[in-house]
Amino acid sequence: MYVAVKGGEKAIDNAHALLAEERRGDPAVPELSIAQIKEQMTLAVDRVMSEGSLYDADLAALALKQARGDAVEAIFLLRAYRTTLPRFAASLPVDTAKMTINRRISATFKDLPGGQVLGPTFDYTHRLLDFSLMADAAEAPRAAAAPADDAAMPRVVDILNHEGLIEADSAPADAEPGDLTREPLTFPAGRDLRLQNLARGDEGFVLALAYSSQRGFGNNHPFAGEIRLGGVEVEIVPEELGFPIVIGEAELTECHMITQFTGSKTQPPQFTRGYGLTFGRNERKAMAMAIVDRSLRAGEFDEERRFPAQDEEFVLGHSDNVEASGFLQHLKLPHYVDFQGELVNVRALRAEAETVR
Amino acid sequence: MSETGYNFAYLDEQTKRMIRRAILKAVAIPGYQVPFAGREMPLPYGWGTGGIQVTAAVIGADDTLKVIDQGADDTTNAVSIRRFFQKTAGVDTTTETAAASLIQTRHRIPEEPLTEAQILVYQVPIPEPLRWMEARESETRKMHALTEYGVMHVRLYEDIAHLGRIVKSYDYPVRVNGRYIMAPSPIPKFDNPKMDHMPALQLFGAGREKRIYAVPPYTSVVSLDFEDHPFEVQTWSDGCALCGATDSYLDEVVIDDKGGRMMVCSDTDYCEKRRAAGHLGPMSAPYAETEAAR
Amino acid sequence: MNVLAASFAPGLDPDPPLLAVRGLAKHYGTTLGCRDVAFDLWPGEVLGIVGESGSGKTTLLNCLSAQIEADAGEILYRCRDGEEVDFRTLPEARKRALLRGEWGLVHQNPRDGLRLRVSAGANIGERLMAQGARHYGGIRGEATGWLTRVEIDAARTDDLPLHFSGGMQQRLQIARTLVTQPRLVFMDEPTGGLDVSVQARLLDLIRGLVDEVGASCIVVTHDLAVARLLAHRLMVMKAGCVVEQGLTDQVLDDPHHPYTQLLVSSVLQV
Repeated sequence: MYVAVKGGEKAIDNAHALLAEERRGDPAVPELSIAQIKEQMTLAVDRVMSEGSLYDADLAALALKQARGDAVEAIFLLRAYRTTLPRFAASLPVDTAKMTINRRISATFKDLPGGQVLGPTFDYTHRLLDFSLMADAAEAPRAAAAPADDAAMPRVVDILNHEGLIEADSAPADAEPGDLTREPLTFPAGRDLRLQNLARGDEGFVLALAYSSQRGFGNNHPFAGEIRLGGVEVEIVPEELGFPIVIGEAELTECHMITQFTGSKTQPPQFTRGYGLTFGRNERKAMAMAIVDRSLRAGEFDEERRFPAQDEEFVLGHSDNVEASGFLQHLKLPHYVDFQGELVNVRALRAEAETVR
Repeated sequence: MSETGYNFAYLDEQTKRMIRRAILKAVAIPGYQVPFAGREMPLPYGWGTGGIQVTAAVIGADDTLKVIDQGADDTTNAVSIRRFFQKTAGVDTTTETAAASLIQTRHRIPEEPLTEAQILVYQVPIPEPLRWMEARESETRKMHALTEYGVMHVRLYEDIAHLGRIVKSYDYPVRVNGRYIMAPSPIPKFDNPKMDHMPALQLFGAGREKRIYAVPPYTSVVSLDFEDHPFEVQTWSDGCALCGATDSYLDEVVIDDKGGRMMVCSDTDYCEKRRAAGHLGPMSAPYAETEAAR
Repeated sequence: MNVLAASFAPGLDPDPPLLAVRGLAKHYGTTLGCRDVAFDLWPGEVLGIVGESGSGKTTLLNCLSAQIEADAGEILYRCRDGEEVDFRTLPEARKRALLRGEWGLVHQNPRDGLRLRVSAGANIGERLMAQGARHYGGIRGEATGWLTRVEIDAARTDDLPLHFSGGMQQRLQIARTLVTQPRLVFMDEPTGGLDVSVQARLLDLIRGLVDEVGASCIVVTHDLAVARLLAHRLMVMKAGCVVEQGLTDQVLDDPHHPYTQLLVSSVLQV
């Protein structure tokens, strides 16, 4: 019985013991190590870091192990841990133009300074199950190392910017961005908070919204201006030093979507930006985020706001999978007090209906 | 006995201070929803994260904590939250309403009247009472600010027009201190009158929606109604099957698959106290016998 | 207020005007919505604003009824308690209080002015409840009374307006607006989307009810026939400016401004 009058404590203990046993699975099979998850389940780790908003691959791998591979549960674990951490400093904005590139493609130009770099991608794999992976490989696969290329790789938006063809970055450089995790979200939210929310937002939700706007539930005809993936240096300025020092490198995926804007009475036609950024490697999320970012900017360009992807309160209010999952699953909690109220109601209404008949 | 690695009552002191500031503002403006920077808690959203944060911000080492869900101390979620504070704050806990200095609740107000020495913390899923009629936060905040509440009565009017009565049976909206309309959280409307001029401080925490609100001691809390359709609470034809109480909120327990039901107090502490004092219901063995059988 | 009252001598009412508008202007970016609009409205008077689409008449109405914010000018209103206020400088709370009590707005599309998913009765009752009415029976009585007055069967009181015809929805919207006995009512093409056969009857109804309630009324229409039937006085707008104003019959029968002459001659005998 799940709510025995005096059984609650014992039931919970037993449930936890069962959970631990099931997590481990068959003891005859060797236990997964954190290193294995970190090295071989990299994209899952990257997603958990992004939506958990904590750049720590070991902890993300631990969360995935503890959550038995459930990404949303792992994200929740990481968030609950993160919220207790003290803050030592805020980093300077990272400069993605100086990224050490692993992959960089543009769908808007055939060639461009620095060239297209295909990098590690599923894109042109034929999606055929590789049965050789069923067995342990004798030797680890190796890719031929590319010759080091020091050519500058300016961002496509910066190239367009020289011609004035694309809008300038909307935020003034000295504007202090808000912090979604330290201040309550109120509407209308600025673009800084919107981007933070989308970066933490559920990949499936953001993907579906972006898709909806592509299918006509929105007014968005984007070009993938550039997708780049690689490492950037993270810098902070310690108060006692007064100058920036590098504290490490982070791998990021960045996407700029470019959307045409027909112009208005006050502005000439130009291209507009949508921006997406994730920790690690997650092109799908970065692209979807960039499209939704642009959709949410409809108001700035006097575009009619009719669809979910253009509705800030709708998108930001429902994107967080830790919130959504918790609220949805709280329906498992007992509600019998309220249900009793409804029973009393329905019986009374039915009795009245009987007498009328 | 607090578990190493975390601060007293889990939250860091800076976060507690932020929450206390929100609570102070909430007490100063009864019924007003104060936005606060809710933290991710190690319990899922919707499971009492708001109540837990409020409790964590006001609890002290010498508090005695009682946690109930559906009126009972031993429902799984109540157990889980009580354990959380045993672990992280090492406070004493109790199931006795009168012995608690701090009571966290989901969906009920204890039957035993509370005192000035107590604080009642409610877990709130949807803090916005206007959400039924208006989904947009930007609009509902304006409606509160300008006391534009006509639409609340539209909803009640519709109930009467279509069903002959106001059918809202829980989370029944109230007006606090003659000003703000407030969601009392999904307590049954049976409990609404207890909120009015309650000697205890009532605090409400909505974690997912990141809002805190409050009803200070001895503040008027009026359930919305019409002059010719006054607010009324649930009643039952018989009392509690175990303790015979006729003044408590009853839960229905299904006892067989042939329509057999028994009605028992939802407040387990209240029921037990009455039985210990010798009150008997029609389906109860004398209290001493049940205790002996344990 | 003598200065304000001096511009017209309509002989309708010796009282000071209910509404006096001065120098009202609205631009959209660099595009002109309307400018230099000035007029007075006396108690019980119906003022028609006519002009072709793009003339600025709807912009003007939206500025007056607080749907959009004007850039400049004064909207001086004499409240029920006698206080004179400049509506544009009132705090939001006072504005909204006026809009849900002393003022009323009838939208061209009744769907913009109704709650389609609550009953007709509640639609009418909402403004009463917003003003503090708390007797269900009383509110319902008012609602059915007003439904009858706008020629909707009282048996439809609990039906959703979602399923009403366009004409019924418009009549319901009028009842919902007039139930609080507003002193000033704005109407935007009140017969706009309706069949010609329905229009005439609705116009009669509006004229009768506005008269009964004693409200002053500002009606925007592109239809001079509507203007002739409803309005005591007319204001003709072109390219954002008022080009002519005067008593309805004078303006329509003896137009002075070339634009008004063109407008009048372009419609068949009205």
